[in-house]
Amino acid sequence: MDWINAIVQGVLLGGLYALFAAGLSLMFGVMRFVNLAHGDFIIAGAFGAMVLVELTGLNPLWMLLVVVPVMGAVGYLGQRLVLNRVVGQDLLPSILVTFGFSVILQNLMQETFSADSRRLSAGALDTASFSLGSGLSVGAVPLLMFVAALLVLGSLNWFFARTNMGRLLRATSDDPEIIGLMGADRRHIFGIAMLLASAVVGVAAVLLAIKTNFDPAAGPIRLLFAFEAVIIGGLGNLWGTLIGGVILGVAQGVGAQIDPGFQVLAGHIVFLVILVLRPQGLFSRSG
Amino acid sequence: MVLVIVPLLAGPYWADRGTMRLLIEVFYFLALAQLWNLLAGYSGLISVGQQAFVGLGGYSIFSLAMFAGVPVLWGLPLAGLVTALIAWPTAMIAFRLSGPYFAIGTWVIAEVFRLGFAQVSALGGGSGISLPTAMVKAMAVNRSARESLTYWIALGLMLVVLLGVWLLMRSKVGLGLLALRDNEEAAVSVGVRTRPLKFAVYIGVAGLTGMLGALIFLQKLRITPEAAFSVNDWSVLVIFIVVIGGIGSLEGPILGCILFFVLREFLADLGTWYMVILGIISVMIMLIEPRGLWGIITKRHPITLFPVAHRRVG
Amino acid sequence: MSPLLDIMDLDAFYGDFQALFGVDFTVDAGEVVALVGANGAGKTTFLRTLSGLVPSAGQSIRFANQNIAGLPAFQIARNGIAMSPEGRRLFPSLNVEENLMLGENGGREGAWTKQAIFELFPILEEKRAIPATLLSGGQQQMVAIGRALMANPDLLLLDEVSLGLAPVIVRDIYAALPRILGSGASVVLVEQDIGMATQVSDRLYCLQEGRVSLTGASNGLTRQDISTAYFGRKKEAS
Repeated sequence: MDWINAIVQGVLLGGLYALFAAGLSLMFGVMRFVNLAHGDFIIAGAFGAMVLVELTGLNPLWMLLVVVPVMGAVGYLGQRLVLNRVVGQDLLPSILVTFGFSVILQNLMQETFSADSRRLSAGALDTASFSLGSGLSVGAVPLLMFVAALLVLGSLNWFFARTNMGRLLRATSDDPEIIGLMGADRRHIFGIAMLLASAVVGVAAVLLAIKTNFDPAAGPIRLLFAFEAVIIGGLGNLWGTLIGGVILGVAQGVGAQIDPGFQVLAGHIVFLVILVLRPQGLFSRSG
Repeated sequence: MVLVIVPLLAGPYWADRGTMRLLIEVFYFLALAQLWNLLAGYSGLISVGQQAFVGLGGYSIFSLAMFAGVPVLWGLPLAGLVTALIAWPTAMIAFRLSGPYFAIGTWVIAEVFRLGFAQVSALGGGSGISLPTAMVKAMAVNRSARESLTYWIALGLMLVVLLGVWLLMRSKVGLGLLALRDNEEAAVSVGVRTRPLKFAVYIGVAGLTGMLGALIFLQKLRITPEAAFSVNDWSVLVIFIVVIGGIGSLEGPILGCILFFVLREFLADLGTWYMVILGIISVMIMLIEPRGLWGIITKRHPITLFPVAHRRVG
Repeated sequence: MSPLLDIMDLDAFYGDFQALFGVDFTVDAGEVVALVGANGAGKTTFLRTLSGLVPSAGQSIRFANQNIAGLPAFQIARNGIAMSPEGRRLFPSLNVEENLMLGENGGREGAWTKQAIFELFPILEEKRAIPATLLSGGQQQMVAIGRALMANPDLLLLDEVSLGLAPVIVRDIYAALPRILGSGASVVLVEQDIGMATQVSDRLYCLQEGRVSLTGASNGLTRQDISTAYFGRKKEAS
C-alpha cells in the first residue's frame, strides 16, 4: 500500500513538475530559447509570495492573484527590454546571459532573505487529505497542484487553438522569419510568449511555496526537473509535458520509497534512460 | 612570454606558502578556463557540467590510491584516463541533445555523479573522505618538497593545456572545430566529420579536466561529493572567467583569470555581492561585447599573443 | 499620377555579398509587372528586400508616396505590401483556415475575407481543417496566395508561384489574377516561365546578376530580346 501511495503522490507531484516544465516548453517552442534562470524565477516568485503573505497575513493561495500577473508583466518587459536582444541564431549569448541571471538572482535572494529554508502555510489545507479507501489517502495540496496543472495546460492549449495570438505563437514557433509578412510584430509575440511562460512560473511558484521547503539556492534543481519533464514528454506538446512530469514524479516517488536519499537520483536515472532509448521524448510532435 | 614563465618556474624559491597556494589555484583555474573555452568558444559545445569531470578525476585519484595502492603521482595521469573513459558513455548520452538542452543535460549528468558518489559508503558517502597520510607522505621527502612538487605539477599542467589548445587551434583539426561551432550542418556538407570531432574534443577535455580535478583534490587532501561536483566552484566561476575575459580566444581566459583573482582579493569580503557583481559584468559583456574584455582591447589594436588559424568573427 | 511603387537605385546585401546593384523599378496602380531572370540573378532578393525581410535602410523605395526602405517587415505589411514567398512557407502547425486567418494581422480591411478566398479557390474551403502542409503543391500555393490576399494589400508580390507545379495547375492559379486586380491590388510576380510571364503581365523587367538588363511592355518584347537579357548582353527594348 505504501508503494501505491508513493505512486499516487508521484503522479500528483508530476502536476507541479508539469507546471515547471510548461514555461520552459513554451519559451523553447516559440523562441528556441531556454532560460537557465527558470528555476530561480520560480524561487523568486515563491519569495515574492512569502513577502506578500508577511505583509497581508492572508493565505498564500490569494497571492496567486498578484504573483501571476506581476510575473507575467515582468516577463513581458524583460523580454522586450533585454532578452529580445539575445534571442536568435547565436546560441552563446542566450545561454550565458540567462546563466548570469541565475547566479545574480540566487545571490540577491540570499542577500535579501538569508540562506534559510522556509515554507508557506496554507492553513488547514496543509494537512487536509481525502481518503480514497483501502488506506489510500491523497493530500489536499498535492491534489490542488495536479488540478492546477490540468487547468493551466488546458487553458494554454485553448489559447493556442482558439485565439489569434495563439495562432501567432504557433506560427512563430514554425517560422519566425515569415511571421513579419503577416503584419505581426515578432518582438511583441516573443514578449507574449515570455508573459505566458512567466505567468505559469508564478502559479508554480506559489504552489511550490506551499508544498515544500525552499531557499535561495533551490532554483537550479527545479530547472533540471522542468527540463527532464520536457525531454521525457517530448518537445512541442503540452500534454506530453504533463505526462513527462508525472513520469518524473512517479520515478522520484518510487525512488524515495526505496530510500529517501535516492529520490532525486531516481528521477535523473529514469530521465537518462528515456533520453538514451527515445531521445525525441514520448510524445514528440516531430517524432 | 618567456619573461612570465621563467619566474613562475622558479616559484617555490621565491614565493611563500600562501603565494604558492594562490598561484596553484590560478594555474588550475586558468587551465579549466582554457578547456571550457575550447569546448564553448572554439567548438560550440556549451557545457554547464564540467564539474562532473573535476569530481571524477578527484575521486579517481583517491580511489586508485586507497584501493589499488597507486602512488599519487601515477594516479594523476591515470585519473585523467579513467575520467576520459567514463566520459565516453557520458558523451553518447549528452550528444542526444543539442544547444541549450545539451548544456542542461551535462548539468544533469554531473548531478547524477554527485548523488551517486554520495551513496558510495566506501568513499565516505555524503561526508567524503581524506587521502591517507601514508600516501600523502609518499609523494615527497617533506611537506615543503611536496608543496613544490604540487606547484610544478600545476604549472606544468597549465602549460600543457595552454600549449595543447594553441597547437590544436592552429591545426586543421582546430579549423574543423571552428566550422563545427559556426554551422554544424554546413561543416558536415564540406566534409568535416563532426560527430567524431565532437566526441574527441569532449572526451579529450574531460580527461584533462579529470587530471586537473585529481590535482585539485590532491592538494586539498580531502574530497566530498559537494566539493567535487560543485557547479558553483567548477562551472560558474570558470564560465565567468572565460566570459568576462573573452570567449573564443586564448588570451581571453588568461585576462579573465587575472582579473578574477584580482577582484577576489578586493571584493571577497562582500560575499554574495561579489557573485552578483561578477554575474552583472558577465551579462553586460554578453549583451554589449560578446568577445569579452579581450575583444574590447583588440577592437582598436588587433594584437594576438597566440596566433591561431582563424579569429573568431563577430 | 505618380507610380504606386517607385524604386530608385536599389542595392541589396547579404552580409558582405552584394546581390542587387542600382535597380530601378516602378509599378503603376492596376499593373501586373513581371520579373524574370536566371537562378541567382537576384529576383527573390528583390522581393525580400521590398517586403522587408532583407534590410534596406538608407535606400529609396517609395510606396504610395512614402519611403518604406528600412522599415521592419511587419510595418511594410501593414502599409499594404503582401507577399506569397518563395517556397510558399506555410505554417505546418496550422490548418488551411488558420494559415489564411494569419494574413489578417496587418489590420487592413477590404474585399478579401475568408469567404472571398474560398470563392476564389474553392478547394481550400473543402480542405479548411487540414494541416496546410499536407496539401498538394498547387493547393499549398493557393493557400500562400490567399494568405497574402487576406492582408488586403495594395501591392501583391508573388514569388515563383509555378515552382514545382504542373502547367495545368499553374494556369488555374494565374486565372485568379483578374479578380485580384479587380479588388484594387497591383501585382509584381517573379516567374521562371518566360512565356507565362509575358502572357500575364503588362510590363516586364529582366534581372541579370543583380542588375536590370531589360525592361519594357510585355507584348512588345520578343523572346530573343528576353533571352539575350537573361544571359548577359544588355539590350533596350525597341
